[in-house]
Amino acid sequence: MATVAIAQSKPSTMQLARWALSDSLVMTRRNLLVWMRVPAYIVFTVVQPVIFVLLFRYVFGGAIQVANPGGYVNFLMPGIIGQTAAFATFATAIALAQEAKQGVIDRLRSLPMARSAVLAGRLMADAIRMLVTITVIIGVGYAVGFRFQNGVVAAIGMVLLAEAFGVTICCISAFIGLAIRDEESVQAFGLIWLFPLTFVSSAFVPIATMPGWMQAFANNQPVTLVINAMRALALGGPQFPLNPSLWQALLWLVGILLVFAPLAVRAYKRA
Amino acid sequence: MVAPRPTHEYAIHVEGLHKSFGKVHALRGIDFDVPHGTVLGMLGPNGAGKTTAVRVLTTLLPPDAGRAVIEGYDVVRDAAAVRRAIALAGQATAIVLELTGRENLEIIGRLRHLSKQEVKLRGADLLESFDLVEAADRPAKTYSGGMKRRLDLAASLLGEPSVLFLDEPTTGLDPHGRLGMWDIIRRLAAQGTTILLTTQYLDEADELADNIIVIERGQIIAQGTSDELKDRVGGDLLEFTVVDKAMVADAVQAVAGLTDSEPRVDEETRRIVLRVGNRGSHALIEAVRRLDAAGVETEGLALRRPSLDDVFLAVTGHAAESDDVGAPARRRGRRPGAAPKGD
Repeated sequence: MATVAIAQSKPSTMQLARWALSDSLVMTRRNLLVWMRVPAYIVFTVVQPVIFVLLFRYVFGGAIQVANPGGYVNFLMPGIIGQTAAFATFATAIALAQEAKQGVIDRLRSLPMARSAVLAGRLMADAIRMLVTITVIIGVGYAVGFRFQNGVVAAIGMVLLAEAFGVTICCISAFIGLAIRDEESVQAFGLIWLFPLTFVSSAFVPIATMPGWMQAFANNQPVTLVINAMRALALGGPQFPLNPSLWQALLWLVGILLVFAPLAVRAYKRA
Repeated sequence: MVAPRPTHEYAIHVEGLHKSFGKVHALRGIDFDVPHGTVLGMLGPNGAGKTTAVRVLTTLLPPDAGRAVIEGYDVVRDAAAVRRAIALAGQATAIVLELTGRENLEIIGRLRHLSKQEVKLRGADLLESFDLVEAADRPAKTYSGGMKRRLDLAASLLGEPSVLFLDEPTTGLDPHGRLGMWDIIRRLAAQGTTILLTTQYLDEADELADNIIVIERGQIIAQGTSDELKDRVGGDLLEFTVVDKAMVADAVQAVAGLTDSEPRVDEETRRIVLRVGNRGSHALIEAVRRLDAAGVETEGLALRRPSLDDVFLAVTGHAAESDDVGAPARRRGRRPGAAPKGD
């Protein structure tokens, strides 16, 4: 057709894949740089979870009776790591809502970059951010008496499960942020749905102390299953390593991903 | 219909473009062509469909009907090729405020798949020619509005696009920033970049564009060079306000014979507008003389070029439907970019 048009050659599939990867890495770096430059983000990712650990360990801890070895601090740590991973995705929703509203996503989509890179870069950066938070929490946990009971491999397995859980929740948050696209509304709704899910679970207290109707929900919802599996990995126990909740938890995560990853991608395309 | 036009002779070819959002018909059949190396000004009030048109042309939004071809590539079928040929800049910037100017350029350059070396060399050139060298290593949040737009435009140009889309590039800028942006756009045009520019200001289109299309409610209501459009309004306008309401009739009588056209009178604001064609200074002197002789006291007597309002009034018979555009406070030439709202 046009003389100008001939100058462009169609990139190969291999080239496209390479670009998709490098674009995602550039976006990851971009997001992490922003995170490191804003003190408030650091506070949100590091200081707040530490406060949670100290509050639960020392304020509520004495009143909560648990049966596992090492007492409440060992019970608490997998729970608080799971809760923190979920809450960290709030920042995902806020950042995407901001960028969609300000037209940044539009501008990025007009570039010849891989369209997947905006979401992929966001998820990768947030996964790294989450890993930093989890590492800090484990450090603080060790300072206040927490100990892994089940060896290094299982401990790493617990961290990986927490990451998988966090990235899964990230997809829901990405969908919320891109669908609502308004920072104030996301401030209001981005976190609120996570409160019942994380608190009405086995994260902080044994479910047996809840009223019966609540136990029915708490026992069967995905956060409990994930945290039970994390706890089994961290502390061992009779059912380890074939803890049924690990497989149930993974099934839940895959199911949530299958629903919300496409929804997030669709919201991104419309943003 | 006539035989289909060949698409390759134009940098942008648009044909029967429709786009609706639910019941809102943002584009209702738009056709135009932009020859290579020319600047098209797309002029219209907020909500006229300018941004929707730009979003379709930059592959961000699929059209409901019609087609658009950029440098020979269809925006729907060859979207990836279109994106390699174009760049988009304007009101919304892709700038990350927490990062420095240089880091921002680097990121956009990498996303355009330039090598580190290319990004460095071209980035340095662009920072230089956009007067951003000193600010290059400061976070972009310390930049003025004009600097942010320049940085964003610099980032867009890293890939050396052959077609550049500028969506309201000066909206929200102060007069200084606006002039700086005009200067840059003129330079790009002189280098042969094809530019499509949307604006709410006739003077901006006038200054920068080879051709102008006026768009309202998703349709093109007028097109031509800026002189052609202004001829439809009747050239320059003489405008003044009568201080004493009782004297309005006397004032009209005094200036009535000045030109062929009838004075336009707004009783409410005691404002009188007269088309004076290209005999502006003569009419101005004559008007002052006659009004003085008739004993009419006036305020803000001035000669001005037609505004977007006047073009709308002449073309449609009604004023442009947008509060920013209808503001009477605008005078000839430059005005502060007072409308930060989007399209």
